[in-house]
Amino acid sequence: MLKSRRNEMLVAAVLVAPFVFIYGWMFVYPTLQMVQLSFTNAPLIGPGKWIGLDNYKRLFGDRVFGTAVWNTTYFVLLTVIPGTAVALGIALMVSRLNGWFQSLILSAFFLPFVLPITVVYLIWDWLLNLQFGIAQYIIGPIMGKPMNVWRTIPWFMPGVAIITIWWTNGFSILLFLAGLRNIPKELYEAAALDGATRWQVFTRITWPLIWPVTVLCLTIQLILQLKIFDQVYLFSLGGRTAATMVMVQYIFEQAFQKNSGGYAATVAVALFVIVIAFSVFQYQVLRIRGAR
Amino acid sequence: MTAMADTSLTSVERKRSRPLNIGAILLGALTVICAAIWFFPVFWALSTSLKTDDEAVRRGIGLLPEAPTLDGYLYVIRNSDLPFWYLNSTITSVAVTVIAVFMAACAGYAISQLRFPGRTLLWWTILASFMVPVQALIVNHFIIMASVKLLNTHLGIILPMLITPVTVIVYKQFFDSLPREFREAAVMDGANEFQLLFRVFLPMNWGITTALAIITFIGAWNSFLWPFLAAQNEKMMTVTVGITAVQDTFGVAYARLMAGAVLAGLPVALAYIIFQRRVTQAITLSAGIKG
Repeated sequence: MLKSRRNEMLVAAVLVAPFVFIYGWMFVYPTLQMVQLSFTNAPLIGPGKWIGLDNYKRLFGDRVFGTAVWNTTYFVLLTVIPGTAVALGIALMVSRLNGWFQSLILSAFFLPFVLPITVVYLIWDWLLNLQFGIAQYIIGPIMGKPMNVWRTIPWFMPGVAIITIWWTNGFSILLFLAGLRNIPKELYEAAALDGATRWQVFTRITWPLIWPVTVLCLTIQLILQLKIFDQVYLFSLGGRTAATMVMVQYIFEQAFQKNSGGYAATVAVALFVIVIAFSVFQYQVLRIRGAR
Repeated sequence: MTAMADTSLTSVERKRSRPLNIGAILLGALTVICAAIWFFPVFWALSTSLKTDDEAVRRGIGLLPEAPTLDGYLYVIRNSDLPFWYLNSTITSVAVTVIAVFMAACAGYAISQLRFPGRTLLWWTILASFMVPVQALIVNHFIIMASVKLLNTHLGIILPMLITPVTVIVYKQFFDSLPREFREAAVMDGANEFQLLFRVFLPMNWGITTALAIITFIGAWNSFLWPFLAAQNEKMMTVTVGITAVQDTFGVAYARLMAGAVLAGLPVALAYIIFQRRVTQAITLSAGIKG
């Protein structure tokens, strides 16, 4: 008995060894190092002096950091709820279809999700090109003249948000479709027998039963969009990045363009705290949902 | 009896819904129009990539190329480091997929089925890494990789991308869901733990492993931020990073740019089209709902 117990532990040690090695080296160690670095004035590469809380004091008075937090929040507001609403609408439409036709239509909606962000960027940069972009045929008449979306600050975030919804919505659509499929058919049949209208069916059956999936989509999107970087970075290339800065981009800029590793780590710690706070909130929401 | 009840029900339903058929047709049409609009950017990129650079910037809307040509593709392949990028992307994505999935299966199995000290701590580490934004660690990943001289190497690109906690969580939940009798029976037959994992448990549902592998591959191929930082040398870039790095060298040549974009997206788009069902499964599994 004792031998088999020891054997089990040995097997476990072998099985988790690669995992412990990688996560220790690539997750635990960098996390601790990040916190330590945030108390120093180190450059990106090389040692720095311990400066206590100076970086954190600087953070609270930093206007660009304020802009980055605001832009990130604004971006979250523009994507999370609108994106989830659009995904639900599309899922409702797609769920009415059957067989190969459904797969075809679903593929059209889902395909953007599997594309690399740089491909998404190139496609939309071309569509919205000031001189030759096909989208200017729509923008021109509405705005009066062709518009460079990425150099017009008020349009930058909404523009990136629309493209992000286009890019990432496939994920939520799939979750909603799975949720819709789990609603018992009998409920709809009974409603049809009772002569319920489409709207009644939606508000009385579909919406209450799909609500848990809606909460799931909202929280997943929230955590995801807080970490926005790629799109904003790519579309702001060559522009006034200080005005359209988001949090991860500020880490990137401080570390790799301003060569201040210590302060970049401080911004990273701030992002860490914010995302973890929301994640714990998400975890609680999901637990409440699971308990019900 | 139930079958009869079913038919009568559907005929009732059919009669009732007849007046609504026009509504159904309109909804169907609306769905198709929305799908067409949604897909249009991808279609437009494909169409542009088959035009000549002159035709691409001609005024007016030419939905299809007048004389489809592969010149844009040939130009990109011959005049950029695209073949290298393809090689780099393939090496790093395949390595990330194989290592991350293998590591996750082993760890998920151990945490689910074995009792050992540190098990709870390990599980909490996984949940923590699931919550934490990996993007915040870029600075320290860079410092670590610089200190071991792994910047601009495949290994340097691969290592930080191996943090994929969702795969471990999905595997653990899968192993948790298996009946204990399987394990007991196999142990009775004298199977050891490794045989149990690789000969009994994993083969019971290759679907999960395939699904996780495909989604990990797509994720690795599409990664932008870390490969962008880790590979400064143009020959070491991945496709995802490379196609924007050469944007300026191509100049005002949108057919070429779109050809580059199509080539970069092609492998993942094909992976999705071929393994559509597995991709769907992986996504619903990772979100923790039944598909």
